[in-house]
Amino acid sequence: MKTVGFAAGVAATFTLLSSTSAFAVTEISWWHAMTGANNEVVEQLSKEFNESQSEYKVVPVFKGTYPETLNAGIAAFRAKQPPAIMQVFDAGTGTMMAAEGAIKPVAEILSMGGQAFDKSQYLPGIVAYYSKPDGTMLSFPYNSSSPILYYNKDIFQKAGLDADNPPKTWSEVWDAAKKIKSSGAAPCGFTSTWLTWIHTENFAAWNNYQWGTEENGIAGPNVELKINAEPFVKHFQALADLAKDGTFKYGGRTSEAKQIFLAGECGIFTESSGGLGDVVKSGMNYGTGMLPYDSEPQNTIPGGASLWVFAGKSDEEYKGVAAFFNFLSQTDIQARLHQVSGYLPVTLAAYEKTKADGFYDKNPAREIPIKQMLGKAPTENSKGVRLPNLPQVRDIMNEEYEKMLAGQQTAQQALDNAVERGNKAIQDALDN
Amino acid sequence: MSPRVVFPNKILPYLLLAPQLAITLVFFYWPASQALYQSMLREDPFGLSSKFVWFANFRKVLSDPNYLNSVHVTIVFSVATAAVAMSVALLLAVMADKVVRSRGLYRTLMIWPYAVAPAIAGMLWLFLFNPSIGSLAYGLRWLGISWDPLLNGSQAMVLVVAAASWKQISYNFLFFVAGLQAIPKTLIEAAAIDGAGEHKRFWTIVFPLLAPTTFFLLVVNTVYAFFDTFGIIHAVTGGGPGKATETLVYKVYNDGFVNLILGDSAAQSVILMAIVIALTAIQFRYVERKVHYG
Repeated sequence: MKTVGFAAGVAATFTLLSSTSAFAVTEISWWHAMTGANNEVVEQLSKEFNESQSEYKVVPVFKGTYPETLNAGIAAFRAKQPPAIMQVFDAGTGTMMAAEGAIKPVAEILSMGGQAFDKSQYLPGIVAYYSKPDGTMLSFPYNSSSPILYYNKDIFQKAGLDADNPPKTWSEVWDAAKKIKSSGAAPCGFTSTWLTWIHTENFAAWNNYQWGTEENGIAGPNVELKINAEPFVKHFQALADLAKDGTFKYGGRTSEAKQIFLAGECGIFTESSGGLGDVVKSGMNYGTGMLPYDSEPQNTIPGGASLWVFAGKSDEEYKGVAAFFNFLSQTDIQARLHQVSGYLPVTLAAYEKTKADGFYDKNPAREIPIKQMLGKAPTENSKGVRLPNLPQVRDIMNEEYEKMLAGQQTAQQALDNAVERGNKAIQDALDN
Repeated sequence: MSPRVVFPNKILPYLLLAPQLAITLVFFYWPASQALYQSMLREDPFGLSSKFVWFANFRKVLSDPNYLNSVHVTIVFSVATAAVAMSVALLLAVMADKVVRSRGLYRTLMIWPYAVAPAIAGMLWLFLFNPSIGSLAYGLRWLGISWDPLLNGSQAMVLVVAAASWKQISYNFLFFVAGLQAIPKTLIEAAAIDGAGEHKRFWTIVFPLLAPTTFFLLVVNTVYAFFDTFGIIHAVTGGGPGKATETLVYKVYNDGFVNLILGDSAAQSVILMAIVIALTAIQFRYVERKVHYG
């Protein structure tokens, strides 16, 4: 009787064990907005992580564009079904930060994984962008980029410009653009993606001009915009003047201008470092340079997206998220991600390794954004830009810029309107 | 007045209606009441804090110059779309009515664009008129027109109106063809014998007799321009440049899903709901009375 009971007990235990081991895999859902080659990287990373251990399974789910992914996450949170990890674009950072009860700081999660979280291993410019004013890192930087200058060497040669020395300052860019246009080397001299991110936010940081009060919103949300100051007016008036005869060509609010540059219509182009892949693919004889500045460069700020973790999940899931983030932070993985995809490396070790491998000797364009961001310690004007409603404020700016470029208003009027309407929108958002 | 139908069974009619009623309750009344409730709330995107503000959102929306701009844009867009879609469709219907050979083929071809999804139709026109790569934009530039809908608000409006009406022409065509067929040939022949020319026959006989169809289509086209053109605007202009093509529906989306101001967005959709109820009421009151079936 006793042995039978023992045997049955053993059998039951085995059944239990086997069934728990089958169910013990904790699933971690990861909502993201990556398409094409970048989507393959997401799938590949998840697969490698899942194969590297047996306790957790990361399940990536594509949720549409960046804003669509953010909306899906918010709707899921309201329905009490949020994913564990969600990719949120730079402009959505303020929205996530304002939602304190909805998210769990990544710094907390990383230390739950058993490993002490050492912030000094990460690239300071990027970490600062995704941290609270007290320095707590809130989200995990996944794909970061920064704007750089691209130019078409064939057009430069045709226009009689030095194809090995791209313009360094904005006034040199305007001169070169005029020369390209007047010499007939190309129908347009200069174009740019993202007038908000590149010509407003990065323009301010890179030249150490104030974009808004409260350290551009990093120190607190009660921000007053300062972009109608003299240097901004001068910059945008130059763009508006060049737009009159088509020397500057506007492409759209986000990345649409890339098509214009790739079609060979314009000689000079400012765009995210993440756009390099498409430029290479087009087979153009291109060159790259640092983002132009006025007189003295400071540092540029990151764009791209980071991974946020929702609150209210089980400890088991958080441990899995921590394991996944630690997996992503490994030097080999980071170095490979950086070299293959063109995102900035998140850790300093990955940067050093890529440098030691001699990757930058062959691909100098990949190092430009890192140098721009590491160049100098950030000032209060160049840590980043943060608002609870940055997408809305960017839209307001875009609307005013479009009216300016269409010749309906001057740069001063456009920027004054943007400041007035932007400040009102910020105050409304704070009242909500 | 239609004759009164009497059902001997007391429960059966309700049972037969039940599925439809359930669908209406779940998919219309429930979300509509949610929108109504949300339009009186002010809350953060995540719903972590919310406060009940009665009609403050409506006051805010109606005093917002951007909303009034959007009303203006919607009126211009709807009138233009309805006018273009209906006049072109009428012209084509009259032409197709005259064709003797392969009439069926022409009609089928005319109905084709209606099957194209709004977003696809938008992309199609966007590519054709893209200032850099569009083939038709190239033609416009060759004609000496500086075509740049990315910055020129009026050109952007022309583009979305063209795309939206192109899609609606098929629908209108179908109704006009049916309307034309319903006009007794004897009337037209009698007028011809009396010496009325083609032009005169159209304006004095055909057009007035088409009036019920025209009025019906006017309401349908207005509703279409108001509510069903989101996909086209989203694909072609995204409401820009400036706010030149931001219609009321697009603003609901933009404020709610891009700017995450849910209270304002809900208030706007409640206003839109009132507009569509009014339009439907007009249609039932006037159109149903004038259309004679058979």
